[in-house]
Amino acid sequence: MNAVGLVWANLHRRPVRTYLTLFSVLVAFLLFTMLRMMAVFFTTSSEITAVDRLLVTAKYSIIESLPISQRSEILAVDGVEAVTHQTWFGGIYKDRSHQFFPKYPVEPRAYFDMYPEMTIAPEQLDAFQTTRTGAVAPAALLERFGWSIGDKIPIEADIYPQQDGNRIWVFDLVGSYRLQDEDAGQPPFLFHYDYFTEAAAFGRGAVGWYTVRIADPDRAPEVAGAIDAVFENSQNPTKTATEDEFARAFAAQIGDIGLLANSILSAVFFTILVLTAVVMHWAFRERIAELAVLKTIGFSDGRVAAFVLGESVLLCGLGGLLGVGVGLLGTPALNSMVEQFGLGGLRLDWPTVWQGVGIAVLLGLLVGVAPALLARRLTIAEALRRS
Amino acid sequence: MFAQLAQITWMNLKNLPSRLGSSCVIVVGIAGVVGVLVAILAMGTGFAATLDRGGEPDRAVVLRGGSDSELSSGIGIEEMGVVESMEGVVLASRELYTVADVPKRSSGLEANLIVRGVTADAFAIRDEVEVTQGRRFTPGKGELIAGRGAVAEFAGIDLGAIVDLRQTEWTVVGVFEAEGSAYESELWVDLPVAQAAFRRGSTASSMRLLVDAPATIAKIGERVEADPRLDLVVIAEPAFFKDQAGDLATRIRFFGYAVAVIMAIGAVFAALNTMYAAVVSRTVEIATLRALGFGSGPVVASVMVESMALAVLGGLLGAAAAYFGFNGFTASTLTDTSFSQIAFDFAVTPDLITIGLVWALALGAVGGMFPALRAATLPITAALRGD
Repeated sequence: MNAVGLVWANLHRRPVRTYLTLFSVLVAFLLFTMLRMMAVFFTTSSEITAVDRLLVTAKYSIIESLPISQRSEILAVDGVEAVTHQTWFGGIYKDRSHQFFPKYPVEPRAYFDMYPEMTIAPEQLDAFQTTRTGAVAPAALLERFGWSIGDKIPIEADIYPQQDGNRIWVFDLVGSYRLQDEDAGQPPFLFHYDYFTEAAAFGRGAVGWYTVRIADPDRAPEVAGAIDAVFENSQNPTKTATEDEFARAFAAQIGDIGLLANSILSAVFFTILVLTAVVMHWAFRERIAELAVLKTIGFSDGRVAAFVLGESVLLCGLGGLLGVGVGLLGTPALNSMVEQFGLGGLRLDWPTVWQGVGIAVLLGLLVGVAPALLARRLTIAEALRRS
Repeated sequence: MFAQLAQITWMNLKNLPSRLGSSCVIVVGIAGVVGVLVAILAMGTGFAATLDRGGEPDRAVVLRGGSDSELSSGIGIEEMGVVESMEGVVLASRELYTVADVPKRSSGLEANLIVRGVTADAFAIRDEVEVTQGRRFTPGKGELIAGRGAVAEFAGIDLGAIVDLRQTEWTVVGVFEAEGSAYESELWVDLPVAQAAFRRGSTASSMRLLVDAPATIAKIGERVEADPRLDLVVIAEPAFFKDQAGDLATRIRFFGYAVAVIMAIGAVFAALNTMYAAVVSRTVEIATLRALGFGSGPVVASVMVESMALAVLGGLLGAAAAYFGFNGFTASTLTDTSFSQIAFDFAVTPDLITIGLVWALALGAVGGMFPALRAATLPITAALRGD
């Protein structure tokens, strides 16, 4: 029997205990994967982002609008390739609860040029460009609400009523678009800025924020600084950041989800550390005589200690691996469960997997080190007498 | 039967200290579950309580029609005049509501802080608002008073400090409390000064009304509806705050229970482990008792009682950890509808501690049941031989 076989056999000495411990470790690591997925979801941007795009917002708050006249000034800044804009429309489709999706008035062609990861059929884009009341929606939204092209979509305004006081905006759905990454955030419902700015009771000539494509992503901070410098002393100072920085800052507003997840995980791992440590200690005590016999027949102190340590590393490592594995397999089920809270699109990334396995091995070492040292120090005569 | 049960249970519990090491597996495991459960529920409860406290039944919020938050609302001066003169309105307060980007103390990242422009009427309507440090702002001056939560969460919001909000400088001259309601997350400034500084002319965002009786609110609502000059909605304050809270509190509770259920599964495995070990170590003792004529019922009960006693001890420890670690801990988050930071205190209430202890008892019972059944069905002769 080789060394690993011996360690394995030792684990099966009390199978009930081994499996119960294994399951506790498994559950701890399942929780680890789930909480890390959630933290990753909130801290890395799930929104559509690219390194060569910057967002220009009003300096003092995203809720302030910017004048459309800034568009040409931004385009003139060195390093800027293209500019388009979006505006937060708010608005309610059907009822307030659980129906939310973002709605932006945009410049159709410039918008789709800016976001190559959004694909739309060319004839639909043409229709969007030429239809004043036209709108396009992500394919997923068509599916969700059973819309089809040609439908009229009524949206009740909560921020922007029309000039005649009418709060219901009716859009003609002329197309749908797809995203490269189907899971990315909440893709917007888009409609014609011209229609918006002509019909809205106020907000004429104003936009929410600009999206800027730059020639060289490495120069992003420099270009951002240059844009802000243009408007610094104007009526509408700006704040420019990369899409990714922007998404991160916004995610941080929700709260420190990472800290929350890590606090819970600390409690979980502390608990599991104590539990497995106690179990490994039982296993060691029961086997003092056997270890003494191993030493008698010539196994070195180091080998015997390694057996004991190996046992706990194997147990914890296996538990960790299984826990992460169950987390991986259970991700689709978890996603369908949390979808109702707007949390759909959790996924397990490789760093989390390696972290999990690493922590499991570390846990095994921590738990096994005390019994392993005791095993190493064990003197044959005394050990045999004690048992 | 009961005498037997009492004897055997008492004997068992007296022996507990000799099994201290293994007993701590249950205690620590369940303390972990209860601690995490109570802490997360305390977050949900604290958040819900903050938004619950703001509303009084004889107060109403007036917003522009179609609007569901003060941020997306805007009301012209003529409309406000009409509402103010309506029958049943005791006091009316015109309020400007906006947000400013201010860095949070915890992360250093900018987050949305509410700035509310008010007149003396706002204080008269909200009698719970009390300046606890410093003084109220002087009308006409660039001074502000800060809610307790805003001071705790945002960097630079300190008594006597000068704060830069959207290109204008404001001096913090007072700190106010409002019975723990959401108002404590706001900065209050003089309305005319705010209108000038934020370029809002003579418009406001919303109105607060104090009415002569709660039933009047519906009547005012009907009159507003019928008046062609007005495009407004009137909402009773408690309903308004409930709407602002959204389903965040429900989400937090769902999350708390989900994490606790998974942890509980792990803890049950640990408890089973301990109790099996306890039964094994007492095999001879249990068999002796049974040989002496003790029935299997009392044996089962004694194991269950031991497990549940340890579990309750764990539950108390976990609840105490949650209480001393988190009760009164201030956090803040971005709410969906108000699009701003609401600060709230974690509230470890007696109800939550009860929930935690009920969980502990249930887990202890499950963890003790199977080992107890095994103890009761041990073949006496084999057990006495020590097999």
